Amino acid sequence: MATAPTEVREPDIGEDVREDRPWVVIVWNDPINLMSYVTFVLQKLFGYSLEKATKLMLDVHHKGKAVVSSGPREKAEVDVFRLHEHGLWATMQHDE
Amino acid sequence: MTPFGPLGRRIKRSRRGGVELRLPEEEREFLRSLAPEMRELLGTPDDPAIGRLFPPAYVDDEDHQTAYRLLAGTELMESHLAALEVLETSADAERLDEEQAHAWMRALNEVRLVLGTRLDVTEEGTERPTSRNDPRLPAFAAYDYLSQLQGELIEALSG
Repeated sequence: MATAPTEVREPDIGEDVREDRPWVVIVWNDPINLMSYVTFVLQKLFGYSLEKATKLMLDVHHKGKAVVSSGPREKAEVDVFRLHEHGLWATMQHDE
Repeated sequence: MTPFGPLGRRIKRSRRGGVELRLPEEEREFLRSLAPEMRELLGTPDDPAIGRLFPPAYVDDEDHQTAYRLLAGTELMESHLAALEVLETSADAERLDEEQAHAWMRALNEVRLVLGTRLDVTEEGTERPTSRNDPRLPAFAAYDYLSQLQGELIEALSG
């Protein structure tokens, strides 16, 4: 069962693809953030449906983490920052 | 005995947008008091509980993490402070607009993260102090109250 958001193929705008391997943004489980809050934040920040946000939240809760977005490094960093603004434990790494 | 009165339905969706707050004065006073306390704590970034509000973006990548901290650290601090300021200045409001309600949600969560880290809250549910003399009692009461209030706020905003 796929847990990561569907990857959207961006049009080639001349970026160096090797330098720009996709990054994934991961939200990690923590004992303090409310489940309803995590779901709400994922909907708010990424425009996900309630169903998708709930599924990602449950992955975080049960599996310890979930990939919530992906893309070039700059975008991933913005996503991580916005998650940090909301107190979620988010990190980013190269897609494996 | 709880200093915060009965729980439930203190926050509801407003027909005019945002949410209506039906909070007794003691609760508003408590909420207002959180911002100055948090501002003081945010001045001590080495405190591990405050560190919880500034998680690393990169693990096992010190260079990128240092750059992220330099680039985003101040902005993140300002964002946390801004949410607390909204909570402080609208603690008396009968109604919050959408933007204020979202700021409340973040501010309440900031305080919960700091208290929860201090109290070493676990997923399984941390046992509450049984002795009235336990020094952690006020912090647990505040944590539980803020969790309840945040839950109500999210429910209202999701409705």
